[in-house]
Amino acid sequence: MSKIVRTIAQAVMPFVFLFGIYLIIHGHLSPGGGFQGGAVVASGIALLFVSFGFKYVSTFLREDTLSAIESSGALLFIGLAFAGIATTFFANFLLGSPVFGSIPVTGPGVGDIWSGGTIPLMNIGVGMKVSAGLSAIIFSMMLIASKKRGGEQ
Amino acid sequence: MDALTLHSPILAVAIPLLAAFATPLIGRLSSRARDVFVIAALASMLFVVILLARDVYEVGIRIYTLGALSPSQAIPENHMVPVRLVFEVDGLGALMAIITAVVALAGTIYSIVSIKPETGQNRFYALLLLLVVGIMGIQLTGDMFNLFVFLEILSISGAALAAFRTRFVDAVEGGFKYLMVSTVGALLFLLAIGIFYGQYNALNIAAIASAMQYTVLDQVALALILAAFLMKSGAVPSHWWVPDTYTPAPAGTSPIMYASSLACLAATFRMLFSLYGVQMSLATVGWIVIIAGVLSMFVGVTMALRQTDIKRLMVYHVISQEGYMLLGVGVGLAVLSNPEALAAYGREAIAGGLFHVINNAFFKGLLLLTAEALFFRLGTRDLNQMGGMGRTMKWTCAFFLIGALAISGVPPFNGFASKLMIYESTYLFNPVLTIIALIVSVMTLASFTKVFQSAFTGPALPQYKEVREVPMSMKLGMGLLAAATVFISLFPAFVVDTIIYPAADALLDRSGYISAVMGGG
Amino acid sequence: MSQLVLNAPFVAVAALTCVACYIIMTQKNLIKIVMGVVILQGAVNLFLVTLGYRIGGVAPIYTETSGTLMVLPVPQALTLTNIVIGVSTTALMLALIVLIYRHTGETDAEKSRRMKG
Repeated sequence: MSKIVRTIAQAVMPFVFLFGIYLIIHGHLSPGGGFQGGAVVASGIALLFVSFGFKYVSTFLREDTLSAIESSGALLFIGLAFAGIATTFFANFLLGSPVFGSIPVTGPGVGDIWSGGTIPLMNIGVGMKVSAGLSAIIFSMMLIASKKRGGEQ
Repeated sequence: MDALTLHSPILAVAIPLLAAFATPLIGRLSSRARDVFVIAALASMLFVVILLARDVYEVGIRIYTLGALSPSQAIPENHMVPVRLVFEVDGLGALMAIITAVVALAGTIYSIVSIKPETGQNRFYALLLLLVVGIMGIQLTGDMFNLFVFLEILSISGAALAAFRTRFVDAVEGGFKYLMVSTVGALLFLLAIGIFYGQYNALNIAAIASAMQYTVLDQVALALILAAFLMKSGAVPSHWWVPDTYTPAPAGTSPIMYASSLACLAATFRMLFSLYGVQMSLATVGWIVIIAGVLSMFVGVTMALRQTDIKRLMVYHVISQEGYMLLGVGVGLAVLSNPEALAAYGREAIAGGLFHVINNAFFKGLLLLTAEALFFRLGTRDLNQMGGMGRTMKWTCAFFLIGALAISGVPPFNGFASKLMIYESTYLFNPVLTIIALIVSVMTLASFTKVFQSAFTGPALPQYKEVREVPMSMKLGMGLLAAATVFISLFPAFVVDTIIYPAADALLDRSGYISAVMGGG
Repeated sequence: MSQLVLNAPFVAVAALTCVACYIIMTQKNLIKIVMGVVILQGAVNLFLVTLGYRIGGVAPIYTETSGTLMVLPVPQALTLTNIVIGVSTTALMLALIVLIYRHTGETDAEKSRRMKG
């Protein structure tokens, strides 16, 4: 891509990722959450691919890394669900505990990010899964587009 | 053990789900560890399912509320309707869960060797486990939207599995067709969910059923649901995708994919009986189901007779056998509002249909596996190029014979027992249906005789001199299903009384299904 | 008049559904079929969101508002889930089309399809 695109991409990229991460970790307080934030992060990766080309990006972004992140995100999510099984599956066992434990009076308090129990952690898990998963999809499509063999859907 | 039983409804879904995401990570370390892990996960799922089923047969419907203070608290304090996600397992759910668990274990054991030549095995096992999650979830959930989500999990993983051997263009096309059908079907189902939510402000099946007003919109929703699920289960008139998708699917997945079709069929029954029930004039719907069943039987078997591809032939029998199940349950549905007829033959017809579901899951799965075993060793599925395999592949031949005799309804095999139940009850309802069913059964026998003769008997062909029996794990996978078939054949009365009639009664007992969640009754 | 305006989204849902079904049933090009499916997804999403809308309602994220009416959050959650699922099915379908194209050089259903069921 042209120099203009690359320069602007370089300038915008940190904000895209930052916004995505904000959406993920702020998901239990404001609109957003794991999927939305993950999609934003993945769109940052897409920007990376489009502006810098597949060849360059694939030197530091590997597909098996992505799938490892994806699996661990999902495992984090399921693991948290399993951890509540002393009461029920998916029970919010972190409420009242030192980690994300504060219980706001009515609904989530404005700006109190240290609340919500397992929900913010689950958002992080989903965010990992979605950002890595969508990036892997983009990766595979770029792989196909760059006419190399060996890509499975 | 009690705690395990308490949490068993969710564990039956959560164990394969956890395993599906852990598999790619373990597979990076060692492929042997991954195989062991997958088998262990499915075996523990089978164990949990057996615990669950035993509990359901002894105690009754078991509900499980996710995230609540206690699993049995479906409705939170100060609320009128269930807010959280509720799993609800009754006799039908338990029956289908047993089928799924056994078939999944057999298919996976079989896959260990048969998938070895392919690349990307980590993904294969992850998808396989996700498919199991989808099938399990559809059976156990008590929530409409959750059902939709499991349906989509099933269709995405199923399509990816069907297209797994991407070097065959047939496989990719089959996967695409499957995904098309499933997506459109699931979206129609979501429209129906929207209609329900707009009217009753509920997503729980029991909550909707208890509030059901039988408006015109509900009838529209019923039409959408029927279309969606019959499309996915592959009954005529939407049978066209079944052979294209199932034939090129990788070996071990065939019985599991088949179980997913059966799961959609069972979900149809759940919707018709538990959600709508007697108040709706169901005779018309019953006849629609019966006609779909009869057409499926007939079209399936006639198409099967002219196939020369051994697996494609068997897949057409899948459609034809689904017809029997639809026929049996459809007869029960048509007489649902008539207590005398229901007691005389309706209950038996439903039980016959459900008995045929479990029998088919085992012997049809077995047959699909034997077809793949021949393909594995010979590299062809063309019947005209086979011959004399009974001499070299003795085990496969024996397994095939068990499956073929059972599916053709030859006594004393279990196929005969379930078909007999369907014949007897439909005869009292309408003799013409019985005659059609008998004719189809004879044609099934003819078709499998043809397969047996061309594949297994005759002189050994010179080009297959070096062919040996399939490896141990494939024999084990087939053996598990064959053992299940033989077990049911030996003790049909025991199986019908302990597993099948509770499932049929669960379908008939709509108020019980509602009150398990809503309380009171 | 107001009744008409209120029902307009449902009319749109019906129209979109019909368009989508027409496309899926008549078109031969695989990409166009996928477009039909995406339109159907859009129709269902619109239906769900419209179901949850209340006139004058606020977004269901504020804990302290002056108004009492809130838009229903559940249909929005359903819509969001459906969007997520829609993304993955569409991606998978397109990936399969790419594979079909690689094998046959065609994206036309009639020409690329060898087996007829």
